[in-house]
Amino acid sequence: MKLKLPNPGLEDRILSHDELERLEVEEAGDRPKWDNKAQYMLTCVGFCVGLGNVWRFPYLCQSHGGGAFMIPFLILLVFEGIPLLHLEFAIGQRLRKGSVGVWRTINPYMLGVGIASLCVSFLVSLYYNTIIAWVMWYFFNSFQEPLPWSQCPINANRTGLVSECERSSPVDYFWYRETLNTSAAIEDTGGLQWWMILCLISAWGVLYVCCIRGIETTGKAVYVTSTLPYVVLTIFLIRGLTLKGSIDGIKFLFTPDLNELANPTTWLDAGAQVFYSFSLAFGGLISFSSYNSVHNNCEQDAVIISIINAFTSIYAATVIYSIIGFRATERFDDCLSGNILTLLNTFDLPEGNITESNYQEALHSLNTTNPDIISSLALKTCDLNSFLSEGVEGTGLAFIVFTEAITKMPLSPLWSVLFFIMLFCLGLSSMFGNIEGVLVPLQDLKVFPKSWPKEVISGVTCLVCCLVGLIFVQGSGNYWLALFDSFAGSIPLLTIAFSEMIGVVYVYGIDRFNEDLIFMIGHKPNIFWQATWRVISPLIMLAIFIFYFSTTVTKEIFYIAWDPESENFPTLEKKPYPSWIYVIIFLLAGIPSLSIPCTAVFRAIREYCCKKHPMKSEENSVAYLVVAYGRDFFFF
Amino acid sequence: MLAGVLLLIFLPPLVAKDLCKDSQDGFKVRLSIKTGLGDDAYEWNESEMFLFRSTLAYAMRKHSNQDTYTIDNILVCNDTQRVSFVFVVTSTDDPDQLIPKEQVELAVRQNKHRINNAFLLSDMTLEFMGIPPTLSAPIIYDTEPWLIVFGVVIGAVAVGIVALLMSTVSKKRRAKEKAAGLSEEDEGIVKENGTALSSLGRKEGVYNQAFSNDDRFTKL
Repeated sequence: MKLKLPNPGLEDRILSHDELERLEVEEAGDRPKWDNKAQYMLTCVGFCVGLGNVWRFPYLCQSHGGGAFMIPFLILLVFEGIPLLHLEFAIGQRLRKGSVGVWRTINPYMLGVGIASLCVSFLVSLYYNTIIAWVMWYFFNSFQEPLPWSQCPINANRTGLVSECERSSPVDYFWYRETLNTSAAIEDTGGLQWWMILCLISAWGVLYVCCIRGIETTGKAVYVTSTLPYVVLTIFLIRGLTLKGSIDGIKFLFTPDLNELANPTTWLDAGAQVFYSFSLAFGGLISFSSYNSVHNNCEQDAVIISIINAFTSIYAATVIYSIIGFRATERFDDCLSGNILTLLNTFDLPEGNITESNYQEALHSLNTTNPDIISSLALKTCDLNSFLSEGVEGTGLAFIVFTEAITKMPLSPLWSVLFFIMLFCLGLSSMFGNIEGVLVPLQDLKVFPKSWPKEVISGVTCLVCCLVGLIFVQGSGNYWLALFDSFAGSIPLLTIAFSEMIGVVYVYGIDRFNEDLIFMIGHKPNIFWQATWRVISPLIMLAIFIFYFSTTVTKEIFYIAWDPESENFPTLEKKPYPSWIYVIIFLLAGIPSLSIPCTAVFRAIREYCCKKHPMKSEENSVAYLVVAYGRDFFFF
Repeated sequence: MLAGVLLLIFLPPLVAKDLCKDSQDGFKVRLSIKTGLGDDAYEWNESEMFLFRSTLAYAMRKHSNQDTYTIDNILVCNDTQRVSFVFVVTSTDDPDQLIPKEQVELAVRQNKHRINNAFLLSDMTLEFMGIPPTLSAPIIYDTEPWLIVFGVVIGAVAVGIVALLMSTVSKKRRAKEKAAGLSEEDEGIVKENGTALSSLGRKEGVYNQAFSNDDRFTKL
């Protein structure tokens, strides 16, 4: 399929191969560069490997048939993840611009893709750094023994424990009350929580220090932030394997259930996970690869980074589930000991008469002799599998389940500090990519005056994001964050990725792209790349997009709230969103997605109205300068 | 006579048992020695019971400030294999009078720590049914530990920002000075009082008459 859309003036907008070669040799140009290849690889790995690898993938793996989930995951990795990654690397390296610059160069009507990337990166940065602020809060609170989430606080009269904590659990209470101070519904804002504001400021402060001069400073920071998570995961793996019950957890994770493969949701979740896990369509990867030398082997980089990402997901899942296995076994043991104690106390039997091994027979014999007493005791059913399959993902996994497991380990503050440092590094290295995806387009769109130094631009951006991020430190902040996560970070990315593929393959031209790759890496991309770029990957993206869109639009959307007054407390309560939220949802998902066609339409209207000039630059023409200045003024 | 003597001997224990069994002022005690001590668990026997009664007598002494309580004031019954039993406390003045429940409760609460330690157990493993364990006081910090760590982190961030900004400013200043130095040489301003080295950079020198070679013109 050699379909190519008309694209006049492309030659004039891009540097030819000879010009690129000359730039490379003379090292002219003021574009920043990586100090060495390791920095570039670590930055990309850090951007791709994020919190999702730790708290989304293990949940998906376990809930979609364990080991069997690897099959759709790896297949879609190969057919969706790697081609898109290679495409972004190659186009960035060739055109040597950030996302806005690249799309404006390919075709000025495609500027909307760059703007959409900018919007999505901005929205995601806002809430992602709030999660880092939460991680920092837990990190700050880890330097005490006993950990504050290991026991319930005593109420004001000193007569007993705080009621909310007693009814739920110390970890739940610490998360929902002492960290978030969450309100019962998204409508009550609950006011700003001062301790969270401090944590938010420190999160943005650390990010500012690392991004102050662009890749000059982030390139140094990634030596720590990208490698430390692996060290900590290994430490946790060794610790986890020595705990009782960890092997049960790992077995539970990987036990395959091949029936899940027939379920289309499994494939769609795998596809979505591969897509989001690679941080594609944010524009950050295009930026990063534009700082490379022209002859860098981007094909090899794409494959290596994909393999590292997949390996990290599986490794993190193993570690997480070894600890979850330990926690489930502890809970099971507690449940069983509780039942045994009740039986011993009721029947005044000597200790050691009923143990875990003869519990069933003893219960059975007691039931036959005194069935009414047994039924009045209300013994809990203890099932290890049900504890293991309390599938938790997201913030619940990190801040509730894992922290509870940590309190049961000896030397808890040490494990807590290590765990939250790991989460902090994972989140921070992803934020580098997000911020890159915000700063570089802002510079390309000339939002800031040219005279402002880089430090000031990054400072102003961080300050604005911090102020807007105050939404998430209110009482209802957790609900807003879930809203942003579901809508700002999902559908727009799919539309952007789809447009990227269409743009490069059909607007830029796959022939030209192939020639560029021959120039850059020395050989033509083989049939695998051709097939995936042209047909397979766009189709997969389209399928995922249609699925997501249809499920989101058709079903009733609701959120889960922590409401101490609800009947099912401590189970989270499902509440429907108020009607004005739908406007916000439309803004979050709609503005980035619709900016792609709208920019094109806007530009077409301007062209039609002005009627004067072609897309080429004619610098001698005064009329052109006037129009050009006017164009820049309106950010187009 | 003999019957009277026999009655006198056997009456107190019988009365005592009735006092203990039917009493409203008694407390049920439950010990979970194996749970609390695992392999180091000791056997529950008469001597241990003796220790228990004496610790309770001690608790009553401390609470009432009367040194008259003895082990005979503590009556025990309903002994089970679980290691649970009921006890009552008789008054020192009148062996048929029982100390009210509230008094005993107060005495036990005040000295629970000592009673626990005597048996190497804790509030969970040595239970007095009906007497809730006293909650330990919450730890009150002068400065919350998290604020200290936060202060350290923010301080490091501030130092980092200042250091990076200063290095940028000084780099720019150096670049500006270098550019200014080069431009001065190009203009060729002669400064006799300037450094000797700066004039070396210029190709032309200053013609100094004192050192001119006039020998060319004189022929002697």
